[in-house]
Amino acid sequence: MSSTSSATPNYNFDVVKHFAIMAVIWGIVGMSVGVLIAAQLVWPELNFDTPWLTFSRIRPLHTNAVIFAFGGCALFATSYYVVQRTCQTRLFSDRLAKFTFWGWQAIIVSAVITLPLGYTSSKEYAELEWPIDILIAVVWIAYAIVFFGTIVKRKTSHIYVANWFYGGFILTVAVLHIGNSMVVPVSFMKSYSIYSGAVDAMMQWWYGHNAVGFFLTAGFLGMMYYFVPKQAERPVYSYRLSVVHFWALVSLYIWAGPHHLHYTALPDWTQSLGMVMSVILFVPSWGGMINGIMTLSGAWHKLRTDPILRFLIVSLSFYGMSTFEGPMMAIKSVNALSHYTDWTVGHVHSGALGWVAMVSIGSLYHLIPKVCGKEHMYSTKWINIHFWLATIGVVLYIVAMWISGVMQGMMWRAVNEDGTLMYSFVEVVEKTYFYHGVRWLGGCFVVCGMLLMLFNVYKTVSSDKRQDATNNLVPQAA
Amino acid sequence: MSTFWSLWVIVITTITLVFVFWTLWTNSKNYTGIEEGESMGHEFDGIEELNNPLPKWWTIMYWITGVWGVLYLILYPGMGNYEGVLGWKSSNQDIRSIADSKEATEQGFAEGLQVQYDVEVKKSNEKFGPLFQSYASKDIDALMQDEKALEIGQRLYLQNCSQCHGSDARGATGFPNLTDDDWLYGGEFAHIKTTLLNGRKAAMPAWIDAFGEQGIKDMTAYVLSLSGRDVNVASAKAGEAKFGVCAACHGADGKGNIAFGAPNLTDNIWLYGGSERAVAETLTHGRNGVMPAWKDILGEDKVHLISAYVYSLSNEK
Repeated sequence: MSSTSSATPNYNFDVVKHFAIMAVIWGIVGMSVGVLIAAQLVWPELNFDTPWLTFSRIRPLHTNAVIFAFGGCALFATSYYVVQRTCQTRLFSDRLAKFTFWGWQAIIVSAVITLPLGYTSSKEYAELEWPIDILIAVVWIAYAIVFFGTIVKRKTSHIYVANWFYGGFILTVAVLHIGNSMVVPVSFMKSYSIYSGAVDAMMQWWYGHNAVGFFLTAGFLGMMYYFVPKQAERPVYSYRLSVVHFWALVSLYIWAGPHHLHYTALPDWTQSLGMVMSVILFVPSWGGMINGIMTLSGAWHKLRTDPILRFLIVSLSFYGMSTFEGPMMAIKSVNALSHYTDWTVGHVHSGALGWVAMVSIGSLYHLIPKVCGKEHMYSTKWINIHFWLATIGVVLYIVAMWISGVMQGMMWRAVNEDGTLMYSFVEVVEKTYFYHGVRWLGGCFVVCGMLLMLFNVYKTVSSDKRQDATNNLVPQAA
Repeated sequence: MSTFWSLWVIVITTITLVFVFWTLWTNSKNYTGIEEGESMGHEFDGIEELNNPLPKWWTIMYWITGVWGVLYLILYPGMGNYEGVLGWKSSNQDIRSIADSKEATEQGFAEGLQVQYDVEVKKSNEKFGPLFQSYASKDIDALMQDEKALEIGQRLYLQNCSQCHGSDARGATGFPNLTDDDWLYGGEFAHIKTTLLNGRKAAMPAWIDAFGEQGIKDMTAYVLSLSGRDVNVASAKAGEAKFGVCAACHGADGKGNIAFGAPNLTDNIWLYGGSERAVAETLTHGRNGVMPAWKDILGEDKVHLISAYVYSLSNEK
C-alpha cells in the first residue's frame, strides 16, 4: 500500500501498558464504589454513620472514578497505542507522555481523597475543586500535544478515522473542562462559579452532556474504529459512512445539553434546540454502530469463538440501544415522564456499562498482551466468563432501572379524583426497593467480572511465555 | 434576547443543520473515484476501509429527522426570538410577582397563545374545581361530619403542608405541631383559615444587646420556671425583674397573645426547643418564623378544606 512505511517504528508501549493496567485497577475501584452506593440505597445503614461514606459524598467518587479514572485511563492507553500504530511512528514525546500518566494518576488520587472529605464544586461530573481542575487542564494540554504531535509526524499519508474521533474528543474536552470550571477561588479548596442562575445550569449541562458525547462517546468510537476491524481482521465497512457520522456527531452533540433542563427556568428556545439536535443525533449515532457491526460481515462466525470480539460487538449493540433511548428521552413529553427517575440512571448505565465499559474491556484484552510482549491473554476461557458476567450484570441493572424508573414516573403523576397526588414520595420509594436490590446484584456481577479480568491480566503479565519481540513491533501488513 | 444574539442563534443553528445535511448529501454519491465495495486504498496498521454506500434505510431516516427538525423549529420557539407558528410556551417567563403572573396568564388566553402551564392549570381547575367548590359554602360543623371532605383536606395537607409540619402534622423544630391545643394565632376554625389564607410572620426580637449574657441567662431561667422547670432560683428572680419588656407581647402572666402569635411560655411546649440552650438561643438571636400565604397559590376553596382537616386534628368530631 502506498501509505505504508517500510521502516520498523520503535513504539512507546510503556506508557500504554501503564495506563492499561491502571484502567483495570481503577475500573474495579470505581465500580466497587458504585456497588457500595447501590447497596446503600437498599441498606442505608451501610454508610456506617460516617460523613465520609455518605451517599452524597461517594456518589461523585463513583462517577469520577468510572468516567475519568477507568474511562480516562482506557482512553489514554488506547489512543497512545492506536495513534502510534496507525501513524506508524513513535509518540511525539516520551517525557510528556510519562507526565500525562503520572499527572492523571495524581488527579485521580486527589479525587479519591477530596471527594469523601466533602470538597466539591457541586457541579455534576465536575465536582473537583479548582486546584485539581488546573492540574487537569495542564495534563490535558500535555495530552493534546503528545497526541497531535504524533499525528503531525505520522508516516502515513492519511489520518485514520480512529484518530479523528480521538482528536475531536481531546480538543472538545479541553474546551468543555476549561469553560465549565471557570471559578473565583475564595480559599485553597473552595470556589464559586463565575456563572449564575440559569446560565450556570446551562454551562453545567453543556459540559455534562458533552462529557457523555465527547469523553464517553467520541473517544470510545475511536477505540471501536481500531479494535473492531483489528480483532475481526476485516476492513472497515464504509469510509463514507464514517465521514458522515463523524461530522454529524461533533456538530450536533455540542447542542444537546439543554435536554437535561427541560421544563426548568431555561428559556424555551434553548430547550427546543437541545431537543431537536438530540433527536437528529439519533441517526448519525447509529451510523457508528452500523459501521462497527457491518465491519464484521463475512466474519460473523468469529463471534462463536472469540470472546474479545463478542465484547466489542455487544458493546456496539448497547451503543445503538442507548443512542436510540437517549434521543427519545430528550423529547419533552417523554422527558416529562422520565426526568428525575431511575430510568435516567438505567439509560446512563446502558451507555456506561454496556457501551463504554464493554468496548474498553474488549480493547484492553486485545492490547494488553501486545504491549506486554505476550501472544495472548493468559486465559481465553476467563474472558468468556467475564463476558457473560458483564452481560448478565448490565441486563439486570438496566431492566431493573427501566421498571423502577417508569413506575416512579407513573406513580408521581397519578392523581386522585380530587386532583391530589395519589402517592406520597415514600410510597414510591417503597415500591422501588426490590428493583434497587436487583440493580445492586447486577453491579456485583459486573465487579466480579472485573476482578476476574485483573487476575487474568496479572497472570498474563507475569507469565514467561514471550512473544517474538520483533513480531510485536513490526506493523502487520494487510 | 437582543437582536444580535437572536441572529447569532439563528445563524449558527442554520449553519449546523445545513453542514450536517450537506455532508449527508455529498456522501450519498460516490465521489471517491473508487468502485463501491472496493477498498479506499489506504491502509493503517493492516486496517483497510471499504467504499460501501450509506445504507438506504439509514439515509432516509436521517432525512426524515432533518425535515422533522426544521418543521419543529417553524412551529415552536427555537430560532432565537422567533416564537413559532403555534404560539407555544412552556410557561410565562420574566414573571416578578403573582400579579405579573395573573396578568400574563390572562393576556396569554386573550391572544390565543398556548402557554402549557396555564393551559394545564386551567384544565385542572375546570376538572377538579367544582368538587372543591361544592364544599366551599359548608361551615365547619358540616365539614367535621363529612368524611369525604376531611379526606380531601388531608390529601391537600399531605401534598402542600407536610413538607414542614410533617405527614402526621406533629411539626418539627420551628414548625408548629398542629395536633395539640397550643395555637400561636388561635385555634378556632376562622383563626386557622386566616392563618392559611394570608400567612403569618412572627418576629421575636434579639435581646443580647439589651440584656447582655448574664441577662439572657437570668431570663432563660425565669422563662423555664414559668413552665415549672427546675432552675436556679436567684437567677430566675433576676430574670423576672426584666420580664416587663417581654410581657408586652407574651403577657404579664407569660401566657402569650394570639394577636402577635406570641407563644404561651407556661405550657412547656417549645417551638424552637425547650432545652436551656435552645431557649437562650431564642432570646439571644430572636426568631422569625414564616408561614406562607396560600390564598393565591391554592385558592380559597382548597384552603377551606385544609383548614377543616387541621381543625379536626385537635377537635372532637
